[in-house]
Amino acid sequence: MVPLSYYLLLSGFLFACGVAGFLIKRNIITIFMSIELMLNGVNLSFVAFAAHWHALAGQVFVFFVMVVAAAETAVGLAIIIAVYRTRETLNVDQVNLLKL
Amino acid sequence: MNPALNLWLIPVLPLAGAAINGFLGKRSSRQAVTTVALVFSGTAFAMALWVAMRFSSISLPYQEFFAHWIRSGSFSVDFAFYLDQLSLVMLLVVTGVGFLIHVYSVGYMWDDPSYYRFFSYLNLFMFFMLTLILAGNYLQMFIGWEGVGLASYLLIGFWFTKDSAASAGKKAFIVNRIGDFGFMIALFLLIKHFGSLNFDQVFGAVTPLPTEAAGAGILTAIGILLMVGACGKSAQIPLYIWLPDAMEGPTPVSALIHAATMVTAGVYMVSRSHLIFERAPTALTVVAIIGTLTAFFAATIGITQTDIKKVLAYSTVSQLGYMFMACGAGAFSAGIFHLMTHAFFKGLLFLAAGSVIHAVGGGQDMRKMGGLKSFIPWTFLTMGIATLAIAGIPPLAGFWSKDEILWKAYQASPVYWAVGVVTAFITSFYMFRLLYMTFFGDYRGAGVDAHSQGSQAHDADAHDVHGHGLPHESPMVMLVPLMILALLSLVGGLVGIGNRFEQFLAPVFGTGQGATEAVEGAGHSTELLLMGVSVSVALLGWWLAYLLYYKRPELPQKIADSLGGFYQTVVHKYYVDEIYAAVFVKPLIDGSTRILWQGVDRNIIDAAVNDAGDGARHVSDEVRHMQSGNIRSYAGWIAAGSAAVIGFMIWMWVKG
Repeated sequence: MVPLSYYLLLSGFLFACGVAGFLIKRNIITIFMSIELMLNGVNLSFVAFAAHWHALAGQVFVFFVMVVAAAETAVGLAIIIAVYRTRETLNVDQVNLLKL
Repeated sequence: MNPALNLWLIPVLPLAGAAINGFLGKRSSRQAVTTVALVFSGTAFAMALWVAMRFSSISLPYQEFFAHWIRSGSFSVDFAFYLDQLSLVMLLVVTGVGFLIHVYSVGYMWDDPSYYRFFSYLNLFMFFMLTLILAGNYLQMFIGWEGVGLASYLLIGFWFTKDSAASAGKKAFIVNRIGDFGFMIALFLLIKHFGSLNFDQVFGAVTPLPTEAAGAGILTAIGILLMVGACGKSAQIPLYIWLPDAMEGPTPVSALIHAATMVTAGVYMVSRSHLIFERAPTALTVVAIIGTLTAFFAATIGITQTDIKKVLAYSTVSQLGYMFMACGAGAFSAGIFHLMTHAFFKGLLFLAAGSVIHAVGGGQDMRKMGGLKSFIPWTFLTMGIATLAIAGIPPLAGFWSKDEILWKAYQASPVYWAVGVVTAFITSFYMFRLLYMTFFGDYRGAGVDAHSQGSQAHDADAHDVHGHGLPHESPMVMLVPLMILALLSLVGGLVGIGNRFEQFLAPVFGTGQGATEAVEGAGHSTELLLMGVSVSVALLGWWLAYLLYYKRPELPQKIADSLGGFYQTVVHKYYVDEIYAAVFVKPLIDGSTRILWQGVDRNIIDAAVNDAGDGARHVSDEVRHMQSGNIRSYAGWIAAGSAAVIGFMIWMWVKG
């Protein structure tokens, strides 16, 4: 039986990778993938706790997160396509119209 | 049971007149304004006469409740009216003389563009003055007191486009505030110690108190503070300086407010509070000394003035001093008697002076007058009567009242009497000087030229409109009030024969009456002797004025030259204005400018506000760069914030 802390460490590592990727990368697609990585890191901790406490709520919650992530992906990719069509770039540093 | 007198109507009638003229007068004709002003003030006078006629059937003091005003715990003040012999005398004087002056003003102010405004203010003044007189408690009296101050300010500054008039109004108002300060503290002390401001309750509480020994005591403190208030309103040392400047107002105003009625409010207030003063000998002494000093001091200034109204102004200050001298000697009824006769002859003097000014086209400088008696005989006649009256020549009004005061002052202390007699001599001298300079000799104003010069100086607005030839008599509407007042000045003093006036007021000033009678019986020959002395000094003053200003008009200049510095001091009114300016006004202005304005206001208050604003802008300037539009930097902030929160939670967990 793998101890709970292993799962949590892996989960934290995945989440940290997601954060780092989000901050470092300039390509929107990569950033998008980093977000998915963060979500999955969190999902891992959910299922780990669910297994540990023998409670189903965590697993149910993971399904919700997956559904929401799928919806987000659909909307997000559509936005990315729209941005690419108008700006002709996927570099987030050049998509900065909201600044002061 | 008393019949309902509806006393409240008496002050409210002029108020209605003031409101109608004030709001509608601008669009009304002069005739309409005149009608409103005269009807409302005349009705007030008629009501006062009606009250006087029913006087014998009323049990006194008559009190009338009008409305609740302040209710706070056990302390209450109502709008209430209080009528006794004292208020009745004042009521008749104020409404009677006031109405006559209203009539006179119709002629005097006819050409003024702000005719309606003048009558609105004048009626407003009547309202406040009647409120003051008929008040049933000190607080309501104080309303009237402040209100007449306001009306006085408005009317002194009536020709406000003239700088000197505007500043004279302000001066009167501000100097009066100093006196009111004393009055108000006296009121607070009354509330603290007697729990009430109603006359009957205060006097009821004061009556059983014993006479306070020399030195401190609550009644002494209240008395002196009330006197401070009276000094402001009645132009006594040290607060008299506003009254001469107040002559910037139109002449009827000087007659009504600054001679006959408002300035006597202080005397009325002190007499009304006589129960307090009688139990505080120190306060009475203060009153007597202030009165005596003022009487003498102002009279000496009066000798040197050349402006006809200024002479009368200093004369008023001096006569008010007489009244306070009487009050200080405990002879309140003599003070009120002089107040009444003074209202007649000084009102008359001012109105006649107004008629003179009207005749010569606006000039007030007596050096440019002279020989007017053939041009304006009626004015000369009435002014002559008033001069005889104020000088104390029997049997005119001033003789009876002034003699009464001097006799009572002699009983209190011969020193007061001596100063009073010297003052009577000076009074007689400067009044006949005025008469000779104005009406005798040759006319020194050179026709039209002199007039245009004169009108620049004073009262210009009313008279610029029509060109002036030689001096001419005033219209009947101005002369009739003069004649009525002259008649009153002739016979007004006769009510004092055989102490009848004193006995009429005895129910008010009751205490001490018996003792006075006893002394009077014993010293009848002394009284006659003193009477002889005061009449002879009056005649002496007349003779001296005749000699100096009629027989040998070159002499005064020589005497003035030989006196040198002293003469200059008196001409400049003992430099009192300059001393006040140096001691009080300038330090105040400097302190306000340097410390309060540039120090506190600019460097502390303004600086704090400005620095707060600047600081906020600097911080914002830095902080706004956080909104870069760069998604990764936003994400970085979020990550940093989350890390901080998590770090904090871990730290708390480790610690706890």
